[in-house]
Amino acid sequence: MELNAKIPEGPLASKWSKHKFNLKLVNPANKRKYTILVVGTGLAGSSAAASLAELGYNVKTFCFQDSPRRAHSIAAQGGINAAKNYRNDGDSVHRLFYDTIKGGDYRAREANVHRLAEVSVNIIDQCVAQGVPFAREYGGLLDNRSFGGSQVSRTFYARGQTGQQLLLGAYSALNRQINEGAVQSYTRHEMLDVVVVDGKAQGIVTRDLVTGKIESHAGHAVLLCTGGYGNVFYLSTNAMGCNVTAAWKAHKRGAFFGNPCYTQIHPTCIPVTGDHQSKLTLMSESLRNDGRVWAPRTPELAQRLRKGEIKVEDLKEEDRDYFLERKYPAFGNLVPRDVASRNAKEAVDEGRGVGGSGIAVFLDFADAIKRLGEDAVRAKYGNLFDMYYQITDENPYKHPMRIYPAVHYTMGGLWVDYNLQTTVPGLYALGEANFSDHGANRLGASALMQGLADGYFVIPATVGDYLATIGPKPVDANHPAFAETTKAVKERIDKLLSLKGNKTVDEYHRELGLIMWEYCGMARTAEGLAKAKGLISALRADFWKNAIVLGTNDEMNQSLEKAGRVADFLELGELMVDDALNRSESCGGHFRVESQTEEGEALRDDENFAYVAAWEYKGDNVAEALHKEALVFENIKLAQRSYK
Amino acid sequence: MSGHMNLTLKVWRQKNENDRGGFITYKATDISPDMSFLEMLDVVNESLVKRGEDPIYFDHDCREGICGMCSLYINGRPHGPKRAITTCQLHMRSFSDGETITIEPWRSAAFPVIKDLATNRAAFERIQQAGGFVSVGTGGVPDANEIPIPKVIADEAFNSATCIGCGACVAACKNASAMLFVSAKISQLALLPQGQQERYQRAQAMVAQMDEEGFGNCTNTGACEAECPKEISLTNIARMNREFFSAKFFKEEEIR
Repeated sequence: MELNAKIPEGPLASKWSKHKFNLKLVNPANKRKYTILVVGTGLAGSSAAASLAELGYNVKTFCFQDSPRRAHSIAAQGGINAAKNYRNDGDSVHRLFYDTIKGGDYRAREANVHRLAEVSVNIIDQCVAQGVPFAREYGGLLDNRSFGGSQVSRTFYARGQTGQQLLLGAYSALNRQINEGAVQSYTRHEMLDVVVVDGKAQGIVTRDLVTGKIESHAGHAVLLCTGGYGNVFYLSTNAMGCNVTAAWKAHKRGAFFGNPCYTQIHPTCIPVTGDHQSKLTLMSESLRNDGRVWAPRTPELAQRLRKGEIKVEDLKEEDRDYFLERKYPAFGNLVPRDVASRNAKEAVDEGRGVGGSGIAVFLDFADAIKRLGEDAVRAKYGNLFDMYYQITDENPYKHPMRIYPAVHYTMGGLWVDYNLQTTVPGLYALGEANFSDHGANRLGASALMQGLADGYFVIPATVGDYLATIGPKPVDANHPAFAETTKAVKERIDKLLSLKGNKTVDEYHRELGLIMWEYCGMARTAEGLAKAKGLISALRADFWKNAIVLGTNDEMNQSLEKAGRVADFLELGELMVDDALNRSESCGGHFRVESQTEEGEALRDDENFAYVAAWEYKGDNVAEALHKEALVFENIKLAQRSYK
Repeated sequence: MSGHMNLTLKVWRQKNENDRGGFITYKATDISPDMSFLEMLDVVNESLVKRGEDPIYFDHDCREGICGMCSLYINGRPHGPKRAITTCQLHMRSFSDGETITIEPWRSAAFPVIKDLATNRAAFERIQQAGGFVSVGTGGVPDANEIPIPKVIADEAFNSATCIGCGACVAACKNASAMLFVSAKISQLALLPQGQQERYQRAQAMVAQMDEEGFGNCTNTGACEAECPKEISLTNIARMNREFFSAKFFKEEEIR
C-alpha cells in the first residue's frame, strides 16, 4: 500500500486555507443524519466532540474515567503556545512553525506544523471566550512567558494548571452539547475494538467498566483521541489508566503506527523513591526559567553527599557543575527537553548523581530567591514547590530540588494523513494519539496546542469531506462485522479470565517497563535493542501462561482491565524496539549511541532517515511491514541542531 | 525497597450497588513512609491478588492531585488527615506505625457506591451540563485581548476554577450538600465578563439540577471548605446565593 499524506499543493502559508476551500461540505440538513464516535475526552476529544455537535452532527463520546473532565490532559502544567506576538518580540506564525520543526529535529511534516502554527492563535481566542482564566497582567491583558527552549514569549498559561483550565473549557463546551442532546456521553466505558465494514471504520466495541456489558456502537466515522502510550514504560508521568489499547486495536485492524520509538523523556520529574513507586510526577519545565541544573563536580563529592558526610550547603561554588550552562552557553538551562534529559543521565552515569538512590541531579533556586525574593518565587512556582514538598518532605525553598528525567510524552502514534485520517478510511486519530506534528521531539507547551488545534479547528473541516463522500445513508449495525468483532472481544476477555497463574499483571507491567527503560529509553544501541526484543517476546509468552487474572466479566474488575491493557503494551513494546532498531540515526527523543558527533551530541542522518516510519500489522507473531513516508522540506533548510 | 510500618486497615467492601457491604480488616505490612496512600493500597491489593482474593476497588488516575478521581474517606475525613491535598498526595509518613486506619467511600445518597470505595458521581456531571458553560461555539469569537479583565478579578475567578470536582465537599458535609462545588463554577463565570450574558439563567439551572439530585442544603458549617483539597472558599457559596436570589427576585432586564 502506497502511503499518501494528501498534503495540499501550493505555497506553505496558503495550503490550509486552500485545502479548506477544496474540502467538500455536508449539507446542513444532512448533518443530523451522521453519527460520529469520539473515543477519549481529553483536549482533543472534548474539543472535537463539542465542535462537531455544534455543527449539527450526532456525537457519542466515550471515556474510561467517571467524567470526561478527568482525562489526563487535565494534568498538563506549563502552558500553551500561540503565535500571537502580544509581546512584540518578533514572534510570528512562521517563527512558531520554524521552531516546532527544528525542535522536532526535522522529523515532522512541514504542512501539518504550519497549519498548527496558523490555528494556534484561534485556540487562545476560543478558550478565552469560554471563560478560561489565563494569567493576566495588571492592565487586564493576557500574560505570556518563555518556555521550553523558545527565544520568544509565546506561552499562555494558567498558573501551573494550564491543562486543567483548558480541559475544563473544552468540557464546558461539551457539556453544553450534552445538555442540548447533541452529544451522548458514555463514561466508565473502554473501547476494545474497531468495527471495520468493507474497509471502512463504522463502529466500535466497548466494555462498560461497571457492569461488564460488551456492546457495539455504529457510526459514520470514529475519532480516536486516546492519548499516548508512555505507560508502556510502567513508570511515567501519565495517569495510571493511560493506555494504548484503543490505538493498538485500531493498528491491528489496519491503521499504520507511525514512529513508535519516538518517546519524550521529560527532564524535570521527581525521582523514584522505591519499588513501590506507581507513577512519576513531573514538575513544569517552566522551573528551568529560574532554576539552575547542577551536579557535584566529581563522583567523590557526589558519593560523600549521598552518604551524608557533607551537606549540599557545604559544596563550594567551584564544586558545583552547572552542566547545561557550561555546555550550552547560548541556551543554558533552557535547552530542549531531550538535550536536558540526556545530560542529566550522563551526569548520573558518571557517578555524579545525588539523593538516596544516586539517580538524580539538582535543580537549584537559591540564585533566583536571592535575586527576586522568596515571595516572587512563590508567586511564580508556589504550587509546584508545594507539590514537591508534599511528595518528598523536603522544603525546596531551603534545599535544591532533586530531579531526574521520566517518560512523559509519545511523539509516535497512529499514522495519519493531512486530514488526520489513518490508513483505515473513516478512522481518525487526534492529539497525542497521532504521530503527526512534533517530529522526534515535542517542544514544551506544544501538546495542548496540538490537541486543541486538531479538535477545534482541523477535524471539523476534514471529517466533513469524508462524510460528504460516503453519504448520509445509515450505518447498518446488523452487518455481520459488528457481531464478529463483538465476539472476538468476548473471546479475548474469556482468554484473559482463564489465566490463573502465579504472577500479577502489575509484575509483568513493571518488568516490561524496566526492559523498555533500559534498552529503549534515553539511549539505545543495536545490541541492547536486539536483546530487548527477545526479552519482551519471552515476557509476553510467559504472560499468556502465568499471569493471574481474577473475577468474571460481569462486574467491576480492575484485574481484567489491567490485564487487557498490559497485554497490548507487551505487543506495542516489541514494535517500539523494532522501530528503534531500524532507525539507526539519533534524532530528538531517540538517541542512538552509535550515531553521535565528536562532542557526544545527537547526530542525525538526513540522507537515510528523513522519513516517517509507518508500520503495518501483519498478524500475530509476524514481523510488521515498514512503509516509509518521505519528509520533504521545501521551506526549511535542514541543519544539525545546536544549542551551544 | 520496602519499609518498616505495619498497619491495620478497616476497609469498606461492597460487591456492587445492590450489595449491603461491610468492613473487612486487612494487614498492611512493610509499608514505607515514602509511599503514597494509594501506593500502600497497591501493595495490599498485590498481595490480595497473589492469594486469589478480589482486590479492593478504589478510584484513582492521575496520582498528582489534579484529576479529582481519587476519593477516600480516611479515618472520618475526606482525603485523609492533611489539609489541602487529595488522597493520592497523602503519604504514609502522615501515619504512625501500628495505627489502625478506617477507609470508606464518599458517603452521600447522591453518590451511590458502585463497588467497594468507588462511587457514582454522575450527579456532578448533570449539574455541570445544566449550565456550567458560556454559550459560545467554536470559531467567530473576538481576539483574546479584546476581553480585558482586571487581574484581581481574573485571579479570583481562577481560585474558583481550580475545583477538581472530586466531591470531598459533599462527603465532608453533614447535610451532603454540593453547594461548594456548584458555587465554584457559578462564581468563576459570574466573575468574568464572558459569563455575564447567562449568569442568572446559569445560577437557576444549576441550582435546580443540584436540588433534583438530592443533595442537602447548606447550614454554613464550613466543613466543605476545611476539607476541600483545592481550598475553594465559602465566599463562593455566598456569591452563588446572591446570583440565585438576584435571578429570582428581579426580572432579567432589571438586574443588568
